[in-house]
Amino acid sequence: MVKATPLAIDIHNLSLWYGDFQALFEVDLQVKQGLITALIGPSGCGKSTLLRAVNRINERLGDYVRTTGEIHVLDQDILRNDIELAQLRRHVGMVFQRPNPLPLSVRDNVLFAHRIHRADEKFNRRKEDEIVEHALRRVLLWDEVKDHLGREATGLSLEEQQKLCIARLLPIKPTVILMDEPTSALDPKGTAALEELIWELHGDYTILIVTHNMAQAKRASEETAFMLLGRMVEHGLTEQVFLAPREKETADYIEGRYG
Amino acid sequence: MLTERVQLSTSIDLDHRGRDWYTDKAVTFLVFVGGISAIVLIIGIFVFITKEGLGFIAGSLDVREFFGSLAWRPTSPTKPTYGILGLIAGTASVTGLAMVVSVPFSLGAAIFIGEFATGRLRETLKVLVELLAAIPSVVWGFIGLSLLNPLIIDIFDVPVGLGVLNSGIILGLMAAPIMTTIAEDALKAVPDTYREAAEAMGATKWQVIFRVVLPAGRNGLVAAVLLGVGRGFGETMAVLMATGNSIKIPTSPFDSVTALTATIAAELGDAPVGSDHYRALFTLGILLFVVTFIINLTADLVVRRAGRK
Repeated sequence: MVKATPLAIDIHNLSLWYGDFQALFEVDLQVKQGLITALIGPSGCGKSTLLRAVNRINERLGDYVRTTGEIHVLDQDILRNDIELAQLRRHVGMVFQRPNPLPLSVRDNVLFAHRIHRADEKFNRRKEDEIVEHALRRVLLWDEVKDHLGREATGLSLEEQQKLCIARLLPIKPTVILMDEPTSALDPKGTAALEELIWELHGDYTILIVTHNMAQAKRASEETAFMLLGRMVEHGLTEQVFLAPREKETADYIEGRYG
Repeated sequence: MLTERVQLSTSIDLDHRGRDWYTDKAVTFLVFVGGISAIVLIIGIFVFITKEGLGFIAGSLDVREFFGSLAWRPTSPTKPTYGILGLIAGTASVTGLAMVVSVPFSLGAAIFIGEFATGRLRETLKVLVELLAAIPSVVWGFIGLSLLNPLIIDIFDVPVGLGVLNSGIILGLMAAPIMTTIAEDALKAVPDTYREAAEAMGATKWQVIFRVVLPAGRNGLVAAVLLGVGRGFGETMAVLMATGNSIKIPTSPFDSVTALTATIAAELGDAPVGSDHYRALFTLGILLFVVTFIINLTADLVVRRAGRK
């Protein structure tokens, strides 16, 4: 099998149960490197569950969650038992629905992941300053916060908080960034700003984004995958999925017959 | 479907006071009396202690001698002296050592219960900690006297095992359960989204605890320690039994000391009512009252600040 673009994420035959409830049924999904892929579908269709399986953050719930199948990130099977979750999550970052900056200063938030993954590298104030400035510039937040980097991050506006939550992933250079409805807590202006930012990151990072908002998927993604009731229904280029869906369910959802 | 028509009312009764009305008023009154009586009693106690103590403060008290002298000789027939420096040093050294013992124990237990234990284990541990908090202080004193005393004598080869070390350990173990409970509450109050955020960035369990949970719960943890200090400061019975009761500034952990509380407990029964000795003991009471009040108030303010955030 020859692939045009290398795959960042390759999900094969993935099923997932919460206790007795099966949330995902033999899902397949291939996410190409450097692209923005949107996951759409009605509430409860399993798109967030699928997203949270890729960095295995859903395992926080304990034995209650059971997974079968395979997820490869850059050709590594991440569901293996000997996977170090800390390492996996270093390479697969996540942005949550509600902005969740840590109760630390803006500066310490940006440096948090860098510091825990720094290993033996020596502390270097100037290098940290560079990292902070670079990450905050990349998320278009530098000008707003540069004069009060020492302030509590939880005091920023929601839009700024969410940008900060993206900025703090950048210093550790993740391969993939998972985004779980990253704009659902923001107002229209914040949503627009964040979409602009996501588009800005495109190419440097592989982004898999769950969204409820179809206009957002249309505007801000290159490929779209549609899920329904725990199954993958259709996955293709965004224009194709929206303009000429192959499956009837996709067409119905896009036209707003349910969801 | 209507089978029967309801008669429309022509008048309504609005000033009828039935049994429910009287019950409601009576219960309201009873609850009010119950609530207010607690406050009245506390104020009453404070007034009583102050009245007895103030007579001494206004009359025979020499401030420099009181706080600066080691000589607590209230029963001397020729020249009674009232220096409490030794008592303060005893209380401070015992409470200090108690904190050295209890802070690591209680924080460790709180972190284990709050962050690691799950399900049955967690519930069992919480119940056990609460049971430990309910052990009467005289039992702790007994443990110090009959268990720890010979142990200290054996291990360190000292003539007497009662003193700062013994009562510090006993007091520390005694304060640990309540500190654990409060510290665990503080950790539980840290939103889980913080842990999730840190874990999603690849933080290990320990990194999450040290870099996120403990700093976020800082205020509650400080309050837990302060309440522990208050507990140690005010404790009497265990201290009376385990300190060895001699007035001095300790220079080694094996020195016998005595505490403010223990002095009051030991001497009040023998002091003639209304005498200077009697009133001096009440002055100690005022001092204890004020200090514990300040400690508790500080803890309370710290907790409130934590709650507001």
